[in-house]
Amino acid sequence: MCGNEAIGEGAIQADCQFYAGYPITPQNELTAYMAKRMYEEKRIFIQSESELSAINMVFGASLAGARAMTSSSSPGISLKQEGISYLVGCELPAVIVNIMRGGPGLGNIAPSQADYFQATKGGGHGDYHTIVLAPSSVEEAFNLTMLAFDLADLYRNPVIVLGDGMLGQMMEPVNIEMATYKNKKINTDKDWALTGCRGRKPHVIRSLFLEEGVLEEHNKKLQKKFQEIKEKEVRFEGLCLEDAEFVLIAYGTVSRICKAVMNDLREKGKKIGLIRPITLWPFPERIIKGVAQRVKGILVVEMSAGQMLEDVRLAVEGACPVDFYGRMGGGVPTEEEISKKLSGFKAV
Amino acid sequence: MRDVPMHYCPGCGHGIVHRLICEVIDELGIREKTIGVAPVGCAVIAYEYWDFDTTESAHGRAPAVATGIKRVLPDRIVFTYQGDGDLSAIGTAEIIHTANRGENITVIFVNNAVYGMTGGQMAPTTILGQRTETTPWGREANRDGYPLKISELLSLLPGVTYVERTTVNKAKNVLITKKAIRKAFQNQIDKKGFSLVEILSPCPTYWHLSPIEAAEWIEKEMIKYYPLGVIKEK
Repeated sequence: MCGNEAIGEGAIQADCQFYAGYPITPQNELTAYMAKRMYEEKRIFIQSESELSAINMVFGASLAGARAMTSSSSPGISLKQEGISYLVGCELPAVIVNIMRGGPGLGNIAPSQADYFQATKGGGHGDYHTIVLAPSSVEEAFNLTMLAFDLADLYRNPVIVLGDGMLGQMMEPVNIEMATYKNKKINTDKDWALTGCRGRKPHVIRSLFLEEGVLEEHNKKLQKKFQEIKEKEVRFEGLCLEDAEFVLIAYGTVSRICKAVMNDLREKGKKIGLIRPITLWPFPERIIKGVAQRVKGILVVEMSAGQMLEDVRLAVEGACPVDFYGRMGGGVPTEEEISKKLSGFKAV
Repeated sequence: MRDVPMHYCPGCGHGIVHRLICEVIDELGIREKTIGVAPVGCAVIAYEYWDFDTTESAHGRAPAVATGIKRVLPDRIVFTYQGDGDLSAIGTAEIIHTANRGENITVIFVNNAVYGMTGGQMAPTTILGQRTETTPWGREANRDGYPLKISELLSLLPGVTYVERTTVNKAKNVLITKKAIRKAFQNQIDKKGFSLVEILSPCPTYWHLSPIEAAEWIEKEMIKYYPLGVIKEK
C-alpha cells in the first residue's frame, strides 16, 4: 500500500471513530481510503466543506469522546491551525496528518519538509506544542499513526503525523498483523467528555478564561504537560554512532537518502553515522548534544531552507561544526549532492 | 439554568433567549442529554448560565463542532447558539453546509444587527442606513453591501427542515419565540433534521437607544426587512 493508505489503516487499527477531510494533493489517497474503510467499519466519515470545518468537526467529535482524525497537505494545514490551537487550549486529543508539499503559498504538489517550523513550534496562536511524529517508511507511517492516537489520548493534546509527498505516494509492504507498535487504546475512557450530564454535574470544555490569573494558571498547566512530554516521549533512531566521526541528521524520507549515503561511505572506510529524529517535537536534543561532544562535524539535510537545522544548532551549542544541505520547492536531495556536501568537512 | 447574575446589558435580548432555551429543555426533559455549543460573541460565556454540558467553539465554527458531536452521539440533543456575526459572516460556510447536509441539530440564531462583543461594528445583518462603529454615517448598499437574509437563503436548501424568524421585543413575541424554539428541539428529538430559529433581538447599547426604544426599533425598522413567521417547514 502507499503511505497515505498505511496511515489510514493505522487509524482504523487504532479504533479511530471519526474522520473528516477535504481534498488536497498529495494526500488524497488517505481521504479516499478512509471513505471506504470507515464505511466498512460502520464508523463516521465526512467530506467537509473546508479544512476549517474538518478540524472543527474533529474538535466536536473529540469532545464527545471519540478518537478523531483529519488529514491534509501544507496549505490545508495552515487553515487548520486555528482549530489546532483550540484543541490544545481545550486539552482535546486529535490526530492531524500533514503530507507536506512545496510552499509557500499554493507552491506545488512535490515533496517538501518546509512545514517543520509550523508543526514543531506551535503553528497557531498561543504558547503551545503538538507532538510531531515523522515516519520514514510506509510501514512506520502505519505504526506511528497508531502511536499518535495513544499519545493524543494519554496527554489530551493533538498529535501531528508529519510526512512528505514522497512518503504519501510511495508503495511499500506493510505487515499489519506483525505491527511493531500495538495500539494500547490507553485513556479511551474519557470521563471529561461532553456526553450529557446524566448522573453528574455538567461539563464545560472551553479555552476561554477571562477571570484574572486563570488563563496564566491554565498555561502553566499546559507547559507542565509539555515538559512531561519532553521528558518521556523523545524518539529517534541512531545508526553507527559509536565510532562516527561525522554524523548526518535527517528525518522522514530524506533520512533514507542519508542512510544510503552513510552505507556507501562506510564501505569506503569513512566513519559516518546517522541520527534520525522520529519525534520532531519533542526533539531528541540530548543524543545530539552528546554526539556533538565527540564528532568532528554534523551535516543536517532537509527538504527546506534549514528549519530542523535551528534545533540541531541549539542542541549542539557550538560543540562541533554544523553544516546544512537543503533543497526546496519540491527538490529532493540526491546521494551525490549529500556526499559532496559531506566532503566539505575537512578529513571526510 | 444557573441562578447567577448575567453580564448582559440592560434591555439585551440574550438573557430572554437563554431562559427560553432552558425552559424548553426542562419541559422536554432533555437536560441530561443536551450538549450546547456557545459562539464567539456576546454569548461566549453562555456556559456560565446553562446548567448542562456546554462547549464554546471558535468563531463561526459552531455548526461544524455540533456536526462532530451529533455524529458521534446521535441520541444526544445538540444545539448551537450563534449571533449574526458568528453565523452569517465568519461562519457562513459552516452554517450553509451543515444545513445542506441536513444534520439533525438545532440552531438558535440571535440577530441583533450588530457586533456587540467587539463594540458595535457593522454585521452582515445591519440594515441599510443603520449607524454602527464601522458605518458611522449609516450602512450604504453600494459600499457595504446589503443586509444578509441568511434564514431565507438557508430555507432554499433541501436538507433544511424548519426555519422560523421571531423576535423577543414584547411579551407576545417572547411566547411565539418559545414555541418556535420548542419546535426546533422537538424536531431534533423526532429525528426530523436541521432546524433553525432566527430571533431578532434588541441591542440597546450599540443601537444607542433605550431598552424601550430598542424594542420599538425592532417593530418599526427591523421587521420591515426581516419579516417574522415560519420561513420553511417540511
